[in-house]
Amino acid sequence: MIKNLKRLDLIFKNEQDTEAILEKTLARSNEEIVNDLIDSGLKGRGGAGFPTGLKWRLAADDPADEKYIICNADEGEPGTFKDREILSSVPNKVLAGMAVCARIIGSKQGFIYLRNEYKFLVPGLEIVISEFHELMDRLNLEFRVAIFMGSGAYICGEESALFESMEGKRGEPRNKPPYPTNFGYKGKPTVINNVETLAHTYSIFKYGPDKFRDLGIKDSRGSKVFSVSGDTPIPGIYELEFGMTLQKFVDDFGDGDSKAVQVGGASGFCVPRKKFEKTIIGYQGKLTGVSLPTGGSMMIFNSSRSMYNVLRNYLDFFVEESCGQCTPCRVGTQQLLLGIEAVKRGEKPSGYLDKLLELAETMRLTAKCGLGQSVANSFSSIVENFREEMIY
Amino acid sequence: MSDQVTLKIDGISVSVKRGTTVLDAAKTINIRIPTLCHHEDLCVAGNCRVCVVEQTGTDRLIPACAMPAADGMEIHSNSLKVRNARKQIVELLVSEHRAECTTCYKNGNCELQALSHEYIIGENGYINLIPLKEYTIDYYSPSIIKDDSKCIRCQRCVRTCDELQGVGALTVSHKGSEMKISTFMDKPIYQVVCTNCGQCVNRCPTGALVERHYIDEVWAAIYNEKKFVVVQTAPAVRVALAEALGHEPGEIVTGKMVAALRRLGFDAVLDTDFTADLTIIEEGHELLQRLKRALKDKDPDVKLPMTTSCSPGWVKFLEHIFPEFMENLSTAKSPQQMFGALAKTFYASKIGVEPASMVSVSIMPCTAKKYEANRPEMYASGYQDVDYVLTTRELALMIKQAGIDFNSLADDDYDSIMGESSGAGVIFGATGGVMEAALRTVYEVVTGREVPFDGLNITPVRGVEGVREASILINKTLPEWSFLEGVELKTCVAHGLNNARNVMKAVRDGSASYHFIEIMACPGGCLGGGGQPIPTSSDIRKRRSSAIYQEDSQKVIRKSHENPEIVQIYKEFLIEPLGHTSHKLLHTKYTARERY
Ligand SMILES: Cc1cc2nc3c(=O)[nH]c(=O)nc-3n(C[C@H](O)[C@H](O)[C@H](O)COP(=O)(O)O)c2cc1C
Ligand code: SF4
Ligand code: SF4
Ligand code: SF4
Ligand code: SF4
Ligand code: FES
Repeated sequence: MIKNLKRLDLIFKNEQDTEAILEKTLARSNEEIVNDLIDSGLKGRGGAGFPTGLKWRLAADDPADEKYIICNADEGEPGTFKDREILSSVPNKVLAGMAVCARIIGSKQGFIYLRNEYKFLVPGLEIVISEFHELMDRLNLEFRVAIFMGSGAYICGEESALFESMEGKRGEPRNKPPYPTNFGYKGKPTVINNVETLAHTYSIFKYGPDKFRDLGIKDSRGSKVFSVSGDTPIPGIYELEFGMTLQKFVDDFGDGDSKAVQVGGASGFCVPRKKFEKTIIGYQGKLTGVSLPTGGSMMIFNSSRSMYNVLRNYLDFFVEESCGQCTPCRVGTQQLLLGIEAVKRGEKPSGYLDKLLELAETMRLTAKCGLGQSVANSFSSIVENFREEMIY
Repeated sequence: MSDQVTLKIDGISVSVKRGTTVLDAAKTINIRIPTLCHHEDLCVAGNCRVCVVEQTGTDRLIPACAMPAADGMEIHSNSLKVRNARKQIVELLVSEHRAECTTCYKNGNCELQALSHEYIIGENGYINLIPLKEYTIDYYSPSIIKDDSKCIRCQRCVRTCDELQGVGALTVSHKGSEMKISTFMDKPIYQVVCTNCGQCVNRCPTGALVERHYIDEVWAAIYNEKKFVVVQTAPAVRVALAEALGHEPGEIVTGKMVAALRRLGFDAVLDTDFTADLTIIEEGHELLQRLKRALKDKDPDVKLPMTTSCSPGWVKFLEHIFPEFMENLSTAKSPQQMFGALAKTFYASKIGVEPASMVSVSIMPCTAKKYEANRPEMYASGYQDVDYVLTTRELALMIKQAGIDFNSLADDDYDSIMGESSGAGVIFGATGGVMEAALRTVYEVVTGREVPFDGLNITPVRGVEGVREASILINKTLPEWSFLEGVELKTCVAHGLNNARNVMKAVRDGSASYHFIEIMACPGGCLGGGGQPIPTSSDIRKRRSSAIYQEDSQKVIRKSHENPEIVQIYKEFLIEPLGHTSHKLLHTKYTARERY
């Protein structure tokens, strides 16, 4: 089943009923709430798509008595600004999600890890947080939230690098396992969720899991906030239902000459026109055909764009933003960038692209964190679909 | 949950304790998975990725060094997918590396080189990144050369300096393609808090961190007819040298080493163990003097606990981090520097050689000794007391250069005087050894009796724990030392600077009180020194340690004050411990330094 393009107004609807919703939700047992989240099919909106209810349960099951909940608002992916929008218009929903999570896992302290460039949000957020703390007192919840300013490095959005940076160390991703739900901030069980994920939990508390499930398709439930940019007459932030084909998306947002869409930013996939019809926006799952995970960036390219330049920009970004600790990513990104440049200049034969494709695959298989692992997404999809543009 | 997990590696079933990594599980069934960033002394890094293996059911490869073994895992350490990935990773490292093995000091003892050989890297087609980059070679330190063009960013050095040494002189700076190993403000190593201990050198898998070598200078001195070249050998060298010449760890080769040095052309082959005994006499009496001032004279200015001063890495660490404790450091020089000061004075006149034409060389397990020899305080003889310091590794290289078949050498004896030593001098090479040697002498000076330990083996101060405490009750003293009657002499032994830091913190905040503390900068003491053969591991250090204690137990003379040459030098030259000549030649001063 394929959904028609539907614009929604779930997340951004300004609802003034936080206290009532929290009261209603907290009256239920932890088990019931978690089951609802699992039934809703909500998956993390930060990119990896991990089932949110399950994440909370894993942290709840850990017997440690010091635990944390962190809202990931690092939003470093170029061309993405949906979390900023959510935090400035409906921060109460995010905080409510954190409060419920805190009750469930047994956490007394939450943090919003805020992208350094979003400093201007702090005064407003601080007011909302202090009201929220009063609400916590009224609800007899011993829970506080503090803002932590990000370091400015893209890699610090990766959860374990984020913990390291919060601990005052260099933002380098850790080995996994152990996972954050057992060993997160300060080595304590930690739930880390994307801003949007937390805002969605609020809708689920309010409207129930079924309403959420009704949206989207199998494996990809609910709605998603997208940052649409590139060659589009109507760039901006849109909440759309999961499960549409890229064709429908382009019909609505493109400029009539779209040749490719980069789904999920630099670490996402590039889909060429001929695959628009067969590509469904959603998480990877067996039944959805060719589907794509996405943190929310949708960048449309029309036929005037050089895909070589597009790829080069992405690689430039990775060469700089890799934390540099692991070999495949640190050296691999440099080799990919220099490699396509050498092919373009005719210093390497076009067959060198195949060696680079192999390298990208090795990076996917062996890099330590999601950054290095996902370079292959854009690299391979662009090189495979636009090979001539790489050479001539 | 059961304590054991069972998994299959390359079809072989293996049970290991929960928490064991896949890498270590594989080791138990003799499957070697290649590694670069992994080092058993250090925490897991998981950043080089050459140890990746395939797990059935998982698409991505997993790092064996960082992955805990789990029940039911099926691991393939050598599948096609693994081999391809591994080879590409080594190729990537080589593409970022100034791979010029023939001109590289690490040639032949380099983990990257070995892996490149195994995976037949050859001309791999990747673009050579070296000409496109700026890199620095820091050769300003007298001890260590840091060449960023040879660095594979494994961070072993950073973890060593941080975890084992608690110094933190090395850090990672920048990110992405610019990421590198750096120091405070990117200053040269000699300008920062680095103690020159060389532990990072010992663990660097490539030629990015090596000792500054003085082999050519030493050859030049040997070939110079006008120079009389004396050489001293530190206690820990004799139990490790053989490793660098292809032997198993734990072999004692004192006699062959002496023979080799003579063959190399040194004019006199002498022993640092002799001045180790001398250090015990001087330092032991200094301790007694401090105890007397504190307990008898009630002098409020006397500083206790007294700490040993023979490890130059430790001394520099204290100067940087705990300068308020500088007066607690024994003023006694290290055995190397006592030797140097005596060589160009006492020894020179004894054999009738002009000190100006004497070249004094020492063979040390240590890189910090190179720095120590260059300290401005170390010109007591009127000349630089020790001219060149070679590591155990450099000596091994000289032996190879000279074409000497080390195995077939017949044992030879040290020259005299300054060649004789007691077992107490020998154990200086192991953590706890200085303490044990000092107690053997001090206890006897005070009571007239031997230390009350079976066979003089003061086992409570021996061992591998990072910090060890022991106390010894003093009773039935000789009349002169009656103020020590009933005193429980409290001692502490620590090795590795991180442990040293913890001990000094405890002393500072009053949570620990001792009379005497022995500290060695390197894990295991000098036998684990930064100049010792590479690789190092706890097992290797244990074997070197047993060899040292074996050498001690076989010595006829076990106590420093019974070394006849020690008796002789006091009679002829020094007159008495802490006397005028001693102060001039054998004691030193310290300098407070910055904290970064
Ligand atoms: C390089 C990199 C950058 C990331 N940046 C962000 C980010 O800015 N915001 C975010 O929510 N998640 C980011 N993530 C994903 C997080 O690691 C983590 O999966 C996410 O915060 C979990 O929240 P969710 O389950 O709600 O999606 C990033 C991951 C990687 C590998
Ligand atoms: S994949 Fe890249 S960003 Fe991630 S740990 Fe490795 S070098 Fe760092
Ligand atoms: S560090 Fe190793 S691989 Fe590199 S040049 Fe030296 S010997 Fe060769
Ligand atoms: S020599 Fe010792 S103190 Fe200096 S950087 Fe290396 S490990 Fe650190
Ligand atoms: S200097 Fe040596 S130990 Fe340190 S990161 Fe480089 S290669 Fe590794
Ligand atoms: S040895 Fe395992 S990642 Fe380096």
